[in-house]
Amino acid sequence: MSPGDSDSPYNFAYLDEDTKRMIRRAILKGVAVPGYQVPFASREMPMPYGWGTGGVQVTAACLVPEDRLKVIDQGADDTTNAVSIRKFFERTAGIATTETTTEASLIQTRHRIPETPLTEDQILVYQVPIPEPLRFLEPRETETRKMHALEDYGLMHVKLYEDIARHGAIATSYAYPVRVGDRYVMDPSPIPKFDNPKLSDNAALQLFGAGREQRIYALPPYTKVVSLDFEDHPFQATKAEHDCDLCGASDSYLDEVILDDRGGRMFVCSDTDFCTRRRAAGHVGCLGEPA
Amino acid sequence: MYVAVKGGERAIDAAHALLAEERRGDTAIAELSVAQIREQLRLAVNRVMAEGSLYDPDLAALAIKQARGDLIEAIFLIRAYRTTLPRFGASRPVDTGKMACLRRISATFKDAPGGQVLGPTFDYTHRLLDFKLMAEGGAETAAEAPEPASVDPAPMPHIAEFLNRDGLIETDAPSDAEPGDLTRNPMQLPADRALRMQALTRGDEGFLLSLAYSTQRGYGRTHAFVGELRIGMVEVEMEIPELGFAVTVGEIELTECETVNQFQGSKTEPPQFTKGYGLVFGQSERKAISLSLVDRALRWQELGEEGQGVPAQDQEFVLMHADNVQATGFLEHIKLPHYVDFQSELELIRKLRAEAQAAPARADSPAEETAE
Repeated sequence: MSPGDSDSPYNFAYLDEDTKRMIRRAILKGVAVPGYQVPFASREMPMPYGWGTGGVQVTAACLVPEDRLKVIDQGADDTTNAVSIRKFFERTAGIATTETTTEASLIQTRHRIPETPLTEDQILVYQVPIPEPLRFLEPRETETRKMHALEDYGLMHVKLYEDIARHGAIATSYAYPVRVGDRYVMDPSPIPKFDNPKLSDNAALQLFGAGREQRIYALPPYTKVVSLDFEDHPFQATKAEHDCDLCGASDSYLDEVILDDRGGRMFVCSDTDFCTRRRAAGHVGCLGEPA
Repeated sequence: MYVAVKGGERAIDAAHALLAEERRGDTAIAELSVAQIREQLRLAVNRVMAEGSLYDPDLAALAIKQARGDLIEAIFLIRAYRTTLPRFGASRPVDTGKMACLRRISATFKDAPGGQVLGPTFDYTHRLLDFKLMAEGGAETAAEAPEPASVDPAPMPHIAEFLNRDGLIETDAPSDAEPGDLTRNPMQLPADRALRMQALTRGDEGFLLSLAYSTQRGYGRTHAFVGELRIGMVEVEMEIPELGFAVTVGEIELTECETVNQFQGSKTEPPQFTKGYGLVFGQSERKAISLSLVDRALRWQELGEEGQGVPAQDQEFVLMHADNVQATGFLEHIKLPHYVDFQSELELIRKLRAEAQAAPARADSPAEETAE
């Protein structure tokens, strides 16, 4: 497709080809060294930092005209920022979009991994706010880069240990740190730790883009990813102890919805596509209606 | 029966329509033109050009109009436009010694070749509201003003050069090294002075002002004097490969500040004055002076001074937090939905509380309910 087919004087998928090449090089390096944060010359994008500029740049560098794009935020396709990013690529790249996980060739996500298992033909792009898993233990980039280079992760283990000493459990519920391929400690972006097991041995290529912090990292397909823990305090993927009130699923991550001011609440799948398709297939939760 | 919240798309469109209406305000009042903003809010235009890193008064004025006067939003609009522009090359270094000065002052010498030129400054105005400006058609102030002094053709050499003759002030070794560009390469720390200057000159005026102020109040004192502050037009020259020589492609307005600072000397160097430097698009005095103070504070290592562990000397702290487009984006993103993360925190707190309440008898560890 030539740029003229879609909106505007802008190039296909907004970024110029030189910038895309620079980003693709960073992605390739990231794939070659799984979990390593590759610096890249992030550009100003027409949406603010913090709105997914890293993910958008990675997506722009990966998109080809044949792609079918899905964008989710908090697991849902219709949250405002997901809508905004999907529109951005419809406008600047003229590509097809979908809300169905299985139909998408590229999925950009904020804070969730889809419940439906991904395939080798798919790319999952994460929006990352703070790519450095050690940042809140050591604010200096010059220090944390050294710690990664020396594989010096003692500080992280001490932090997790102190959590256990204080709370009896590791008090991290999202952005739970992982170790990639027995080497780099990586921040999986602020996904709930419920999603952590899906990072490992995933058939899809997983790419992480942090625009403001100018970092890209990657998990090639079927990479071993281990959530940090201790033998006597093994990692646990947790979720609300309910089933989805709409589709009855017992194995999906749930959002809690406040129904009234008298404590009424219900739990629904955060992954809207997963929930919709289960209901279409005839599953009904205790507050749902047959489709 | 609960229905999942839908309609993000319609909500966004409606919000944009409302925004356009609010921007226009009362339609009984004449609409601002971009030219009016460019001419009458010139200092705002200057700030948007400086921090947007694009010298284009018309586009900066347009951005201010579109952003409803929110300058950081306007800076962001300019940055997002700038990043899409192709690069044809780089200009030759501008020669600020040949600046056609509109203003040029020194706080270190009463007089100097070229003289002191006050120019259009607020410095000696009394800050009393001028209600004449509020009256319709109150344009007489312009008529009362004297003819703008024709730009003095006498040369105005940099004042630091006078100190330099006696070796009293450090000399900058000339360098042909190509300066780094943080818009094309990710910033690597430690950053050299040229790269620091680039980051600072794009940086937020308020942030740099406060940092500079902190050095004056003892957090990394540098004993700065304004050796010289000059504002005026300089020519921008570019080498044209086909021609084999440089031609002038335009003129830009710049503010340049050079501070003179004490230096106690070190084991290898006798006591000497040192310099801090600031260069900004347009008339932006406050920013230029702030830059020179922060620049000087950040040079402690190369000058062999002792670090005092203060914010203004910490290059990583300063450079990583100076950009207001990055800062405002990350700050404001916390208003985006975080249902999923919050839900996981909710589960964790409930679990920790349940465990704490189930075991109240443990004498050595009282049930803490600290939520982080």
